[in-house]
Amino acid sequence: MPLLEIQDLTKHFFRFSALRMVSLGVEPGELLGIIGPNGSGKTTLFHCVTGVLRPSGGQVRFKGEDITGLTADKVYRRGIARTFQLIQIFPEMTVLENMLMAAQERTGTLLGRLCRREKAEETDRAMRRLEFLGIASLKDTPGSNLSYGQQKLLDFGMALMPEPEVILLDEPLAGVNPTMITNLVGHILELNGRGQTFVVIEHNMEVVMSLCRRIIVLSEGERIAEGTPAEVADNPLVLDAYFGR
Amino acid sequence: MTGTRRTVLAAALVVCVLAPLAFEQYKLYVASLTLVYLVLAIGLNLTLGYAGQISLGHAAFMAFGAYAVAILGQRGLPFELGLGLGGALAFGWGLVVGFPALKVKHHYLAMVTLGFNIIVFLVLRNWEGLTGGSFGISGVARPAWGPISFASDRAYYLYILGWAAVVVASAYWILSSRWGRAFRAIRENEMRAAVVGVSLRAYKVMAFAIGAAYAGIGGALFAPLLGYIDPGAFTLDRSIQFLMMVVMGGLGRFEGPFIGAVVVTVLPEILRASEGLYLIIYALAVMLMMLFMPKGLVGLWDRAVTRLGRARVMPGTR
Repeated sequence: MPLLEIQDLTKHFFRFSALRMVSLGVEPGELLGIIGPNGSGKTTLFHCVTGVLRPSGGQVRFKGEDITGLTADKVYRRGIARTFQLIQIFPEMTVLENMLMAAQERTGTLLGRLCRREKAEETDRAMRRLEFLGIASLKDTPGSNLSYGQQKLLDFGMALMPEPEVILLDEPLAGVNPTMITNLVGHILELNGRGQTFVVIEHNMEVVMSLCRRIIVLSEGERIAEGTPAEVADNPLVLDAYFGR
Repeated sequence: MTGTRRTVLAAALVVCVLAPLAFEQYKLYVASLTLVYLVLAIGLNLTLGYAGQISLGHAAFMAFGAYAVAILGQRGLPFELGLGLGGALAFGWGLVVGFPALKVKHHYLAMVTLGFNIIVFLVLRNWEGLTGGSFGISGVARPAWGPISFASDRAYYLYILGWAAVVVASAYWILSSRWGRAFRAIRENEMRAAVVGVSLRAYKVMAFAIGAAYAGIGGALFAPLLGYIDPGAFTLDRSIQFLMMVVMGGLGRFEGPFIGAVVVTVLPEILRASEGLYLIIYALAVMLMMLFMPKGLVGLWDRAVTRLGRARVMPGTR
């Protein structure tokens, strides 16, 4: 059974259809790529899965449970974390606070979060993640003072913090310098090697083709192709979507 | 909290405790009023400064506390019962008013809370049987614990100081907990907060309700200060005054309400020496402060610290 299953997902913005009957499944431990030209509905798909947007139709199932239309916080607590195309961190919080914030709501009750103080092991876990990403020395720096690449790493680190079952990465390499790309790809591959499931939206074809074993292509809100990187690269529908006839 | 902040707060507390020993009656009244406003400003700072939910209805929440102690006091019930009931009523109405915050933001939310303030004002003015209408309620009794009476101005000052300490400590406890961090997360990036599991519904409503409860407590302490209340004390003007305290002190900074309450309460009193000009000077001073100190007076302190070459303060409750 797929870990994450999307069935006929549709999203309309008034008369405009951003997603039309998109279906896909993500297996445990998979590193699935989603590509497509600008405006093809990739980010809208992530928004609908993670509760940022409410789908107009279709179904999202996670570990067999219907999570369609749940609010973002409820989706997160079930074990789906994500990053954003346009970096979304807490700019006035320090790097360490951003990391702790990303994990504090995963378990426990609302009242428990008022009464329970931070445990040393939680801070240690955040520090280990920051060391893994190479930004531990910036732990006391406000998020807004980081460079773009460092913010991308922090955004990625925040997605790792709650130890989710699936991480959705929305263009994690966009605007990142080549050295940082190598670092990030290395981190993704290492975590995936340990069994972490990823779904990656990426425009960097070279990277996405080398990173993912299976790729799904969206165009104008519809799923137009699926296959291995080689199959997708040779698919005339994909070439048509990217380059036109 | 850093060592410097702890020292500053401790020094401020000591000055507050010693003040009534030296002040004459009117100055003692201003000091007492400042403490009452501090309680109210701490509540608004939690709602607006930390959680980013604007409220122009804080005076209405204050009214619940003020009228609760006045009405129950008329019936011979203890002051603390009125204070508790007022705080609870304000908390309850805070939950109700907090719900629109889930749907509307910024100036739209300001309009909702402003409307609430006007409704409460009209109810207070027209429900004469309970509130005394436009005539208000006079002879609001000060608290007494058996033989210990807080009727004198000095004793009542110390009573207010005790409650202010409780409010400061509880606000610090809340804001340094995970709730405080979640409030700041909502203020800084609402969508990201939701995606890392922050229940916007629960936290926004709680931010409103807790801020309102503090206002209720502040209102309860306010009523016996002059011994008389009427609906005119709980209008939009008063809500804007609280907003000024929080903004001028420094939004979302723990020290902000302390500075804001002192400046907004004491500055007009100092300027009274200029007679007819004092409101103009006061308004100009406020405009200049906002123009050159957009982060409030706390921001000025930060700048001074930075200029002195010391490490910039990155408070845990920021």
